[in-house]
Amino acid sequence: MEKTEDKNQQQEEEQVVNPWEVSAKDGGKIDYDKLIDKFGCQRLDQSFVDRVQRLTSRPPHVFLRRGVFFAHRDFNDILDAYERGDKFYLYTGRGPSSEALHLGHLIPFMFTKYLQDAFKVPLVIQLTDDEKCMWKNLSVEESQRLARENAKDIIACGFDISKTFIFSDFDYVGGAFYKNMVKVAKCVTYNKVVGIFGFTGEDHIGKVSFPPVQAVPSFPSSFPHLFSGKDDLRCLIPCAIDQDPYFRMTRDVAPRIGYHKPALIESLFFPALQGENGKMSASDPNSAIYVTDSAKDIKYKVNKHAFTGGQDSIEKHRQYGANLEVDIPIKYLNFFLEDDAELEHIKKEYGAGRMLTGEVKKRLAEVLTELVERHRRARAAVTEEMVDAFMAVRPLPNMFD
Amino acid sequence: MHLKLLLLPSFISALTLKLIDTMGYSKDQLLARLKELQIEFSQYEHPVVLTVEAQAKYVGNMGGVLSKNLFLKDKKHRYYVVSALADTEVDLKVLSQRLGLGKGGLRMAPEEALGEILQVPLGCVTPFAVINESARHVSLLLDQGFKTQKCCIFHPLSNNMSIFLNAQGLDKFLKSVGRNPSYIDLEANPPVGKDQPPDLAAFVPSDSPVLSDLPEKAPPSQDSTGKSVGAATNSAAVTAKAVKPSGNAQNVKEKPVDSVRPSIPAADAGKFVEELLDRASALLLSEISEDSIKQHGGQLGDEVANNIKKCLREDLKNLATIFKNTAYTEGFYAGTRYQPKRH
Repeated sequence: MEKTEDKNQQQEEEQVVNPWEVSAKDGGKIDYDKLIDKFGCQRLDQSFVDRVQRLTSRPPHVFLRRGVFFAHRDFNDILDAYERGDKFYLYTGRGPSSEALHLGHLIPFMFTKYLQDAFKVPLVIQLTDDEKCMWKNLSVEESQRLARENAKDIIACGFDISKTFIFSDFDYVGGAFYKNMVKVAKCVTYNKVVGIFGFTGEDHIGKVSFPPVQAVPSFPSSFPHLFSGKDDLRCLIPCAIDQDPYFRMTRDVAPRIGYHKPALIESLFFPALQGENGKMSASDPNSAIYVTDSAKDIKYKVNKHAFTGGQDSIEKHRQYGANLEVDIPIKYLNFFLEDDAELEHIKKEYGAGRMLTGEVKKRLAEVLTELVERHRRARAAVTEEMVDAFMAVRPLPNMFD
Repeated sequence: MHLKLLLLPSFISALTLKLIDTMGYSKDQLLARLKELQIEFSQYEHPVVLTVEAQAKYVGNMGGVLSKNLFLKDKKHRYYVVSALADTEVDLKVLSQRLGLGKGGLRMAPEEALGEILQVPLGCVTPFAVINESARHVSLLLDQGFKTQKCCIFHPLSNNMSIFLNAQGLDKFLKSVGRNPSYIDLEANPPVGKDQPPDLAAFVPSDSPVLSDLPEKAPPSQDSTGKSVGAATNSAAVTAKAVKPSGNAQNVKEKPVDSVRPSIPAADAGKFVEELLDRASALLLSEISEDSIKQHGGQLGDEVANNIKKCLREDLKNLATIFKNTAYTEGFYAGTRYQPKRH
């Protein structure tokens, strides 16, 4: 049985996690075990990682190996069906609130690209320009423009155009998509949506009626040009765990309107440079590494702003070693350093005090620079025509090949 | 001449297209196009006016809102049309910064450019000038103030007339010539600095300057013998060019546009393969050293082969995906503009 989220419960709990706010108890760390418990999703354990490796005949993605994607709902059903020969499709998205993307934004897309390649399945990507227009009070044109700009960075993550459909809500809502929105909306009372998302009497009706927009891409009939006749197709949604409320609502509604519940695979939050307690915010460019940062910027940010677990002095460091629990460079390397052996070595040496903070930071700067460089080169190859093609309502005949 | 053109049906003859290409669209051709597109507008003729004040004397009290239109140029010979409500304050220094051109990057464009690029007379800058092929690289900045007005006033390619229409009508027109209308707050003055990128950077044209294209236009006008075969091919080429999207319009053979030339080849198979081979041989050379020979001896071949596969696999797949996406895009672009066979 799925636990439902109640506003009162939220107020009593110490940490707050929902699509618009993420904060830990007393400025501490997010307690993910508590979160899984409260939300009612499942831990993604090693057996899943092994099974994915077996089914896809390739090494599992670094995010799986390191527990970055750590929770799920019904992922085992997806894998069972896959083993039987029943494919699925992927659904992920972005709220285009700003032009500059940082590494944290890229994480779900990097993982989704891996899933697309490994399982050879199609993908729909939703750009919720309407949501940002409403929540961030952007003009319609500005949110549409940001959606297109963000689409370019998303495309640069390496999605296969013959298996990927990108759409913006302002462009695509209507037709079969809208019909599903109404079906979903009819199944969710005002009180329920207030309970899940915390709306008040002062919130405008646009916000209140938005959740179905993010729910219906989970249903294949929302995309008749792609999945016509495939009403049985399952959906897997890679996302950060703060998006869970939307999909709890969706999973609640799905069986009532005759659809499969979408499956979810959820990730940790990407920490700010200043530490887990720090907030990554668009107004503080030093809180994150942006895809437009130069090698110099990255080196500067890592050296000057990354919160470390190293000791105050070299002598103390050699004696006590580093506190890996709070060390940001180690956490970032956990996300982005591919080589398991090298990461283990660094953790061991740094934790024992034999390796200094400066060295760890240097390695991190190298890894991040390589990542950002590769992204920038790919981004440079994305043209307006390519965005148009990705976003065109067109059939994808080879989407399962 | 104008009368004859007015009598033309919506299909314009190839010969006329060639003339338009060299001479620019006329006011009547524009009006005919607006009617074709079923855009609601009204028109009013008056003596030639060169300023907004003069225009106001004739049409200022007819219920519409006057526009002021600036034709600007930056240091890299890129051109911009800024079209705003007459009352909107436009600060060129601020605009220049918001575009990412620095503080003094924008100037009024010289008179010759008006004729060569926008193909309109002096005092007649108007967003409708983008109907001309010569203006395809000109960036268009529209005042968001237009959107809330019932009726905006522009010159229709000549200054002895004003036309009245709303923003939706303007949008319909712009879309018909392959432009994506985008409205901005021209009076905004957001900070631009190391950490706040210029908010209008997307409006800077990323193509090579139009001026280099102009000399090519001369030859076609010389062979206006009206030979039907030649004319037909020419018109097809002109029609195809006219519907290219704005801003990043590009030649299929060229590398994808951006101010940073990518090191990744576009859908050019030769360049793609060279890039792959370069990376593989660089890695190969780095793997073979005195030490590695000593270490692996006869097995060095296997060892190096495995390492290359391991290291390059993801990298090369990414390159291949970019190549595939680019080739697909070229095909898609061509496919959406393909002219079905005539039966």
